[in-house]
Amino acid sequence: MKTLGYYPGCSLSGGGIELDLSVRAIAKVAGVELREIEDWNCCGASAAHSLDHSLAVALPFRVLALAESQGLSEVLAPCAACFSRLKGTQVRLTRSPELGQRMQELVERPYNGTVRILNINEFVASLLAEGLAGKFTRKLGLKVVAYYGCLLSRGEDIVTSDDAEDPQGMAAAIRVAGCEVLPWNSSNECCGGGFSMSKTGSVLDLSQAILDEARAVGADLVVTGCPMCHSNLDMRQLELLKRRRVPGALPILYLSELLGLAAGLEPGALGLGRHFIESRQLVRGGA
Amino acid sequence: MTMSEKRESPLAKAVRETSGVVLAECYQCGKCTAGCPMARYMDLTPNQIMRLAQAGDDAALERLLSCEALWYCVGCLTCAQRCPRQLDPAAVMDVLREMAHRRRKIPAAARKILAFHKAFLATVEWGGRMAEIPLVLRYKMNSGDFLSDVFLGPVMLAKRKLPLLPHRIRGRAEIRRIFATCRKGTRP
Repeated sequence: MKTLGYYPGCSLSGGGIELDLSVRAIAKVAGVELREIEDWNCCGASAAHSLDHSLAVALPFRVLALAESQGLSEVLAPCAACFSRLKGTQVRLTRSPELGQRMQELVERPYNGTVRILNINEFVASLLAEGLAGKFTRKLGLKVVAYYGCLLSRGEDIVTSDDAEDPQGMAAAIRVAGCEVLPWNSSNECCGGGFSMSKTGSVLDLSQAILDEARAVGADLVVTGCPMCHSNLDMRQLELLKRRRVPGALPILYLSELLGLAAGLEPGALGLGRHFIESRQLVRGGA
Repeated sequence: MTMSEKRESPLAKAVRETSGVVLAECYQCGKCTAGCPMARYMDLTPNQIMRLAQAGDDAALERLLSCEALWYCVGCLTCAQRCPRQLDPAAVMDVLREMAHRRRKIPAAARKILAFHKAFLATVEWGGRMAEIPLVLRYKMNSGDFLSDVFLGPVMLAKRKLPLLPHRIRGRAEIRRIFATCRKGTRP
């Protein structure tokens, strides 16, 4: 059995728990063992780099140092924001050995730069390369728009596996799951990110534009890999529905949930029952 | 040392040393603003921020540190991705925001955003990880924003999306020491 390091990040034991459940479920189907980094800490997210540039590097540095000391050379970070912070720190350390030296002194841990961070799309691509599609039993037949948002599409030397202006990293997996990938223009537009509570109006505006286009191209659902995107499009859709800014509910699934459904897993076990917008009707007999 | 570095202002020097961005290289094409999802809410657009930072005099600095726009950057990386000079306006805004915060220059419209960032980091400093229930309670205390989203908490609990007890890591003393060192102003 192949072993991969795992950094769930804070969201995945809270609002983004469906991503954790479904990533673990498809890893199990594929025969990949996810070994969680012991005693990992928060990556600092937007808050750290908004207020303190040292903290924004020091927090991910501790995570990278822990992973290395625990013998984990490849680590999956399913949350797009965690991925961006961890890989971004790795990139900066590679560019500046001096930064690495200062961080070792600040964090008081050694790190030799050996850890490779994977995002959810790279993880899924590796599962497909190892034959995950052979385990798929359920034909989904859905029309899907693939939504990458910011942190699964952008970041020089961070998202190295995809095109920033026309990301395609989810498309193959969605097609293999028996779904059609619809072309659209919002695949890498921003949903409003971490402003869900502190500047809600901007999140409603930006998320509405994404939902509007998804509906206009005829999508049955939006597929994403980011817990912030999911929360803004799913939870904040309630507010858009209440204010009649969108005409009807549009389900939002994680890529790992879609693949879990294709593998014949129960919607509830993947976390579909925990979304704000009901999605279990997408599979026959699921609701 | 290049020509532009010899003549750079103290602000340009601070920006270059913290973010790696050489402000003089910006030629004001406006592509950062064109792609910015938050530009419509900003009192200064990203390219205006770059221009004022190039000026670098006391009046420009005062205008920059008191603007709302610094707080509205959502960190989407679009400006950095598209800049034809490979500059990173968002990283410049990070440097300016940090200066504004240290000098306590927070525009009223940005107080909720600062309250959220601080509440987030307070939970991380306490237990090593962000914890949603303490984060929301602390945010509401600090921002005075008591009424928004009061119905969401119970729904999230019912959907088993929130752990009742936050997890505290074993290395939380280490995390607190990292926070304390950074607070003293150590440069990376």
